Amino acid sequence: MTSLSTYRRVALCIFIAGLGSPVVNGAPLGLPPVPIPADNPQTPAKIELGDRLYHETRFSADGKVSCSTCHEKDKAFTDHRRVSEGHDGLLGTRNAPTVINAAYMKTLFWDGREPDLEGQSKQPPVNPVEGGLPNHEALLEVIRNDPSYVEAFKEVFGVNDASEITIDQYADAIASFERTIIAGDSPFDRYQYGGDKSAMSEAAIRGLKVFTGQGRCVSCHIIEETQALFTDNRFHNIGVGFKNIQGREAVIAGEFVKAKNAGADVDKTVLADPDASELGRFAVSENINQVGAFKTASLRNIALTAPYMHDGSQKTLEDMVTFYNNGGRVKEDDPFSPFLSGGIRPLNLSDQQQADLVEFLKALTSPEIAEQVTSTEIITEKRSD
Amino acid sequence: MSNMNRRRFLKTGGAVLAASSLPLSLVEVAFGKAQPENFSFAYISDSHITQIKGKEFVRNWDRGLIRAVAEANLLDPRPDFIFYGGDIAQLGKPEEIDHGLEILAGLRGDVHYVMGEHDYYLDLGEHWRKRLGAEHYSFDHKGVHVVVLNSILTYHDWTYDKWDTPMRRMKEMARLDNPQGSPFMVGDEQREWLRKDLAKVSKNTPLVILSHSPLQKIYKGWNFWTEDAEQVQALLKPFDKVTVLYGHVHQIEYNQIGNISFNSAMATAWPWPYPASFTQEASYMPKLTVAMNRADPFFERDATGWQFINMHTGDVDVHYLLPDNRNRVVAFDQKQGHPVDTNYQPESARIPPQHHF
Repeated sequence: MTSLSTYRRVALCIFIAGLGSPVVNGAPLGLPPVPIPADNPQTPAKIELGDRLYHETRFSADGKVSCSTCHEKDKAFTDHRRVSEGHDGLLGTRNAPTVINAAYMKTLFWDGREPDLEGQSKQPPVNPVEGGLPNHEALLEVIRNDPSYVEAFKEVFGVNDASEITIDQYADAIASFERTIIAGDSPFDRYQYGGDKSAMSEAAIRGLKVFTGQGRCVSCHIIEETQALFTDNRFHNIGVGFKNIQGREAVIAGEFVKAKNAGADVDKTVLADPDASELGRFAVSENINQVGAFKTASLRNIALTAPYMHDGSQKTLEDMVTFYNNGGRVKEDDPFSPFLSGGIRPLNLSDQQQADLVEFLKALTSPEIAEQVTSTEIITEKRSD
Repeated sequence: MSNMNRRRFLKTGGAVLAASSLPLSLVEVAFGKAQPENFSFAYISDSHITQIKGKEFVRNWDRGLIRAVAEANLLDPRPDFIFYGGDIAQLGKPEEIDHGLEILAGLRGDVHYVMGEHDYYLDLGEHWRKRLGAEHYSFDHKGVHVVVLNSILTYHDWTYDKWDTPMRRMKEMARLDNPQGSPFMVGDEQREWLRKDLAKVSKNTPLVILSHSPLQKIYKGWNFWTEDAEQVQALLKPFDKVTVLYGHVHQIEYNQIGNISFNSAMATAWPWPYPASFTQEASYMPKLTVAMNRADPFFERDATGWQFINMHTGDVDVHYLLPDNRNRVVAFDQKQGHPVDTNYQPESARIPPQHHF
């Protein structure tokens, strides 16, 4: 135990020493080392290039949308909108998940349709309701015609000239940058892994007990012996949004698969078609026991990332806790989804327990993220920039 | 189920698909003029709907059946029909059977029912028959002869004379490892009916037999057992190709005895383990080759499920839909002459079951 906590402190020191410059190795308190794919090693120059590409608005039809538009640093790498707004004010169907700690995810997007950050980063610029570019060639045109980008790609990827720049290099750079957006060291981490029993409030400590006990939260939002990712990287139907397609599932699923077999793109279909969006993991796996199943989101920094759920339907932490307490229903007299996961059931939490749970969720905020975030207000008006 | 998914499942059937895509003339040699057509049907079993009081029922078992019905309704193309494999109810109460049938009424398609002991031993099947009709019957479908048996009957004395109340009888039959229990059987009368029914069927017509208990002897203490299994098997023996589908065991089992393939159904309610040993006499237990991947008690649907079945020229492949787990396909392997798990049969491909402490 002693040697373990010593090890943790050492790891923490490395991370703190790395603050201000990108984290290349090491991990903050409460998190494992960041998994780096062997074929995309982190280098400072690649991370810097990725940072620039992440903020590039020219990778969109109206020249206004970048990765950062929906995953903005001062909004805890989300957009604080119910669903994201792409080029020319077009709306998608899903809530922007935070990039913070996305490096640990075993699949990306709410339905896990991409296996890694590299694959993920290629989709939004060419999605009709996000970046809206006709194809990756249009994106590469922008890069190839910008001498400063060409220079950077030469340095990072060793290309000889602009024609050798590929979409995979673009993806590698963005993924490398995103692997530096890591945050642990929350009051919970200091309480659980740092040996500081005063790091969390009494209410939050009681909330942790609800989280791991009667609340049944921990079975999917996993806390381990030495780390906590707060996700099981699996897909569950928890009852969100099913009412939108209730009774029409067979038709929607049938039409979706027919379109997919005829060549329709999953990424484009689920973000443009609100009905298809509700199919969740089924859209990827075509496994009929995954209809309406969505990926377990991490809970880290959740107090800063409202609204919640794949469709942004829950506005506050209190609403979300009520939803789970009702066994996957907004109101107590709503119907249950017939496809509901066997892990979801009414919890019979008292008002006190629910309030404590909310306090616990607030204790998952990393201090450096709290410092960056300027507002947590949910935005309902159209983007003005 | 999507077309694409169906195709993928078929692919995993390997040998099965190869056989069914043989030139038609060759198939005709094997099956004569009554060439059976391929078709599929869904198979849901063992929901054990349990009344607490009044309109209150155990939520977990309700949810299992509700989910299976909702999922089966997504099969595309539609199955030709749906089989329910028995044990709608837990204690045979009319309220339980009615509540279960209300959920099952949501199924898109015709449903055929099999009697389970939990449906039977309170009123000896009276309410079940009132709602669902005969407890043994047969029909022909696309060149296949389908027979439904009530295999959960037992000795006359035990049924009529031993117990002071019907509920006592029901509960005694529901108990596992019950020294006062009694083995299931098809019985003389029904076997005679079966003999006559099969006399009208040509020997090269594929048979599909549905029963609640296995028509083979696995473990007597839990009635994974039919006392007159050998006599029933003897009636099936003259036929080229026979598949027995049974519920009751709440797990995936498959076996081959001579010309008869055996496949079990998962329960929508809860899983049973594989019986570990049977020492009373020589064991007829099919060897457990592939254990369930895992059963996580948090996910109430884990290690439960339902199945749909594809028939290819009389061969059966069973597709197990297992929420919170990995779906499995057990298909008849023409080369080996018995059913195999298409994904996990090789030792190296298996996922050891997870132990919870």
